[in-house]
Amino acid sequence: MSARNSGKQFEVAIRGTNIVVLGVEKKSVAKLQDERTVRKICALDDHVCMAFAGLTADARVIINRAQVACQSHKLTVEDSVTVEYITRFIATLKQKYTQSNGRRPFGISALIVGFDDDGIPRLYQTDPSGTYHAWKANAIGRSAKTVREFLEKNYTEHAISDDNEAIKLAIRALLEAVQSGVKNIELAIIRRNQPLKMFSAKEIELQVIEIEKEKEEAEKKKSKKTV
Amino acid sequence: MALQDVCKWQSHFQGPSPHLPQAGCWAVPRGCDPQSFLRIYGPRLAHGTTTLAFRFRHGVIAAADTRSSCGSYVACPTSLKVIPVHQHLLGTTSGTSADCAMWYRVLQRELRLRALREGQLPSVASAAKLLSAMMSRYRGLDLCVATALCGWDRSGPALFYVYSDGTRLQGDIFSVGSGSPYAYGVLDRGYHYDMTIQEAYTLARCAVAHATHRDAYSGGSVDLFHVRESGWEYVSCSDVCVLYRELQMFTEAELEGEAHQTQPEPVILRGAEEGGEFPVGPREMAPGDSRIPAETETL
Repeated sequence: MSARNSGKQFEVAIRGTNIVVLGVEKKSVAKLQDERTVRKICALDDHVCMAFAGLTADARVIINRAQVACQSHKLTVEDSVTVEYITRFIATLKQKYTQSNGRRPFGISALIVGFDDDGIPRLYQTDPSGTYHAWKANAIGRSAKTVREFLEKNYTEHAISDDNEAIKLAIRALLEAVQSGVKNIELAIIRRNQPLKMFSAKEIELQVIEIEKEKEEAEKKKSKKTV
Repeated sequence: MALQDVCKWQSHFQGPSPHLPQAGCWAVPRGCDPQSFLRIYGPRLAHGTTTLAFRFRHGVIAAADTRSSCGSYVACPTSLKVIPVHQHLLGTTSGTSADCAMWYRVLQRELRLRALREGQLPSVASAAKLLSAMMSRYRGLDLCVATALCGWDRSGPALFYVYSDGTRLQGDIFSVGSGSPYAYGVLDRGYHYDMTIQEAYTLARCAVAHATHRDAYSGGSVDLFHVRESGWEYVSCSDVCVLYRELQMFTEAELEGEAHQTQPEPVILRGAEEGGEFPVGPREMAPGDSRIPAETETL
């Protein structure tokens, strides 16, 4: 359990009314390292994606198996997986490894988001023991507690009803605990009936500028009141 | 399990799976290829039937005759060839009755397990896919199951044809069995997606009745089922001889009635090929007409 918290990154996921948002703090890359090969948000299928906290190599194994499971499901049953199905698959896989000899548990926690066929957005979290739960918004990894408290305070119906507001909420949650600033944030969204969209650095900056503006305005209002 | 893999130990407990144990095994004398052995010495299995299914706006209709024949012997004049799988899914069966019955039970089990796991029943497309995948493992072993899965799922009325070699087709009208050519003739004539429920019932009964009239391996009665949004219902069971006679009486009454009226457009069919004109009984297809008049030919 400590493996996933001792890493230097954390992830945030938010389930809006029409959108699901995944945000991760990227590890700062060395000068000579190619940034594109460091990916913490992975698509499992067109409508489901996953972010993880913990041992990257373990995550790779799980992601490969989950991707195969998504396609096998489509082959045997002709329908795409529901988010709950693939979460249950990953959780069952993790649990098997806690109960067999000669194997150690997977050292990752995962946040799995997506839309089901009926158009309802879902967010699930799995942990190394193999349990999974549905969440409205969650954070895993380093400083998960702080971020979760922030989300508990700020997750309102209004905040998630608008897509942009949901994105801003995710970025604000990330900014709460991110160490090296905006450059280390990676964001991905899935809208209903659309594939995974990764935000570019520019788009994230635009959102952050808006957030700063809103903060200033809120502070001005506060100072006016006190005066 | 890692240690078990190393020691090559087999667990005797087999969890639920859609495959029967030891697929592909048939007890044949040593040294014989199962396929050729069965072709020469295998049991002669019965395939005679007429079943049909079509989907339309108000659901899916499934109809079948009730004669189970074994060669020229009628084994059972009142067999049920439409098998319910669950509340919203029916299957018409044709081919070997024993195979159909068994594979439907396997399909029922599979769908029930998935419903328990997923929290909702799989779609008709999924059920058809599962059935065809299960049966295609036994390809070449003389399995004969030709079935139409009729159901109502999230996407509305759905109809799939599944054959035991793994064929799986989606369509609006299917007729299966030795009487199917005759039934197709009637179905193609009277089918349209927007027909009323009564029209659909009449069409199905008429098609099976005509097929049983000409096909020796079909007969008995017509079982009529209707799958609606709320589930399937058993509409009626009508004896085919009575039904056919009634249909003839309708057309005779229609002809008598029409003989006293002026004909707007007498329709002449197949004039050119045979070098002459056959006077054909006039046909009226007024909109909303629930009777399909049979044409009478006089040479």
